[in-house]
Amino acid sequence: MEDFLQHVLNGLNLGAIYALIALGYTMVYGVLQLINFAHAEVYMLGAFSIYYSNKWLHLSDHPGWTSFVISILIAVMVCSLVGLTIERLAYRPLRGAPRLNVLITAIGVSLFLQFSGQAVFGADPKLFPQVLQDKDLIQFGQIQIRSFDLTIIGVSLAAMALLHFLIHHTKMGMAIRAVRHSRSSASLMGINVDLMISLVFVLGSSLAGVGAVLVGLKYPKIDPLMGMLIGLKAFVAAVLGGIGSLPGAVVGGLLMGLSEEMVVAYLSSTYRDALAFGLLIVILVFRPSGLFGKYEVEKV
Amino acid sequence: MKKFIFGSLILSFFNFGMIGCTGNSDKASNDSEIRIGQFGSLTGAEATFGQSTDKGIRLAIDAVNAAGGVKGKKIKLITEDNQGKPDEAAAVVKKLITQDNVLALLGEVASNRSLAAAPIAQQFRIPMISPSSTNPKVTEIGNYIFRVCFIDPFQGPVMAKFAFEDLKVKKVAILKDLKSDYSLGLTEFFEKKFKELGGEITSIQNFQTGDTDFKAQLTAIRSEKPDAIFIPAYYTEVGLIARQARQLGIKATLLGGDGWDSPKLFEIGGEAIEGAYYSNHYSTESPNPATQEFIKKYKEKYSETPDGMAASGYDAARVLVQALEKVDELTPDKVREAIAETKDFKGATGTITIDQNRNADKEAFIVQVKDKGLKFIRTLSLK
Repeated sequence: MEDFLQHVLNGLNLGAIYALIALGYTMVYGVLQLINFAHAEVYMLGAFSIYYSNKWLHLSDHPGWTSFVISILIAVMVCSLVGLTIERLAYRPLRGAPRLNVLITAIGVSLFLQFSGQAVFGADPKLFPQVLQDKDLIQFGQIQIRSFDLTIIGVSLAAMALLHFLIHHTKMGMAIRAVRHSRSSASLMGINVDLMISLVFVLGSSLAGVGAVLVGLKYPKIDPLMGMLIGLKAFVAAVLGGIGSLPGAVVGGLLMGLSEEMVVAYLSSTYRDALAFGLLIVILVFRPSGLFGKYEVEKV
Repeated sequence: MKKFIFGSLILSFFNFGMIGCTGNSDKASNDSEIRIGQFGSLTGAEATFGQSTDKGIRLAIDAVNAAGGVKGKKIKLITEDNQGKPDEAAAVVKKLITQDNVLALLGEVASNRSLAAAPIAQQFRIPMISPSSTNPKVTEIGNYIFRVCFIDPFQGPVMAKFAFEDLKVKKVAILKDLKSDYSLGLTEFFEKKFKELGGEITSIQNFQTGDTDFKAQLTAIRSEKPDAIFIPAYYTEVGLIARQARQLGIKATLLGGDGWDSPKLFEIGGEAIEGAYYSNHYSTESPNPATQEFIKKYKEKYSETPDGMAASGYDAARVLVQALEKVDELTPDKVREAIAETKDFKGATGTITIDQNRNADKEAFIVQVKDKGLKFIRTLSLK
């Protein structure tokens, strides 16, 4: 029983991170119907931005909440900028192009960033600066709840709550929702569609930045290909929850993290990655629109 | 007439080309230099393996060249990076043999990359010396494949014996990497010996190269309350495993093999790796004069302390050079025979004698991680 609760805790931790990244996929999809494969690389660049900025700021010499918040701000800024640039240079020129062209461009951008990362940062893994100290907080029998575990879940929830507030309770959020509903009617209402799409990229990429810092603290090994697998899994999480749906991405991410942990714990680690993609196939067969997705009949 | 002149012009060009070609290939084999190929993971997840080995090899080769080379010929070392990927290792070895016409090969550290390259070296009959691949299958590929280090059927039992007799450990859990030949082999030999001695293996958990989350496996291990955890893996994963084990409150001693040997281990593992033990090819604290001489030369050249991979690379290169000096004719076959005859060679990692299975019979050094460095505990052999 103790083991089971520990597994649940581990799984929720992993799931919270998947959820953060899944939100980025789902937001862009909601507005552009585009699967932004480069999102995982935005996350990778966020992690490296902290690695390099630490060389100047020496944040890891004074681990604590101040350093942690500064790191999050840096990662969020860098990721937003990268997200914006990708949107401006790669996706906006293709706004009127068929969806497939944009999708292939997204894959191209993703590979370009992965391998440029290998060329610029080097392919060897690096140690993510420890800007926050991990402490043993609560202990029930054998179960350990550490400050990192609570930080990850807490910060993820806070970031998601902030996103929810921005989308549902501000004028800007209303405009984004309008663009998601219908791009042409939104522009007839005087909404600057391009600006709203840019904003979506900024918001999604910011979450990737937050995710990068949290993952960096928990698994301090970073390398240019670190986004590849976590990105794919977050994408599956987004599809599992219903791509385009924000609560769906969160639930999908948590489910994904939990089931992965349980598979490794009670079956075998060999099935760890197989599970993620097996789930994808099962969902697409039985619920093509995901758990929270709306099923829409496409009229020909 | 014009046509004729044009035709003969083309013909003569063709001729020149032909002459050029034959001239080139003659040059390659009858050069004033001896071409040696090196392949290693200069980048990738185990980058320090390749980089340290490369430094060790260069130290040996540069010293030979500075002293006039072998038989008046300079040794030219051609280095190829395999990015830590087995398929890439096979590709670069093929290139070294067919395009660079190397006389012999030096490499690799990781067993699965040596296993990918060895069949090609064997096929082209080019002798290959692995500095530190310990999986027994590597030299079983064929009679052109050698190594200057001990093998896992030795390393695994040595660690089992050390754990059982010196550390008085009775219950051990194993966490192994399913994708690595090195890890699978070492697990098998450790488990067998430890059970033979009367110890208990509580469970064997698996992970895969590149994983970053090991908490599920470690949670399972925690409930078995082992005295020690044996982790036959490479340093990148070991560092993360150590961290997560301590985060889960596991106090068991961590044990490992030569795959841990990297300065990055202390960086990635941090506090969590302190106090762990592993078996290695050498220790900087060894009183052996050949070892101390190597450390002195290495520090002079690179201003850093060499790790075990550097020492093994140095020895592999020097064993090869000794063979080159011995042969009357520089052909791969003769060099192969000379390497096979290596006996009582005083290397930085101990005395090297190549046995009939083309492995080196040596003792293992047990070291402990202490204050981001290594403390020498003892040497161990099974006899």
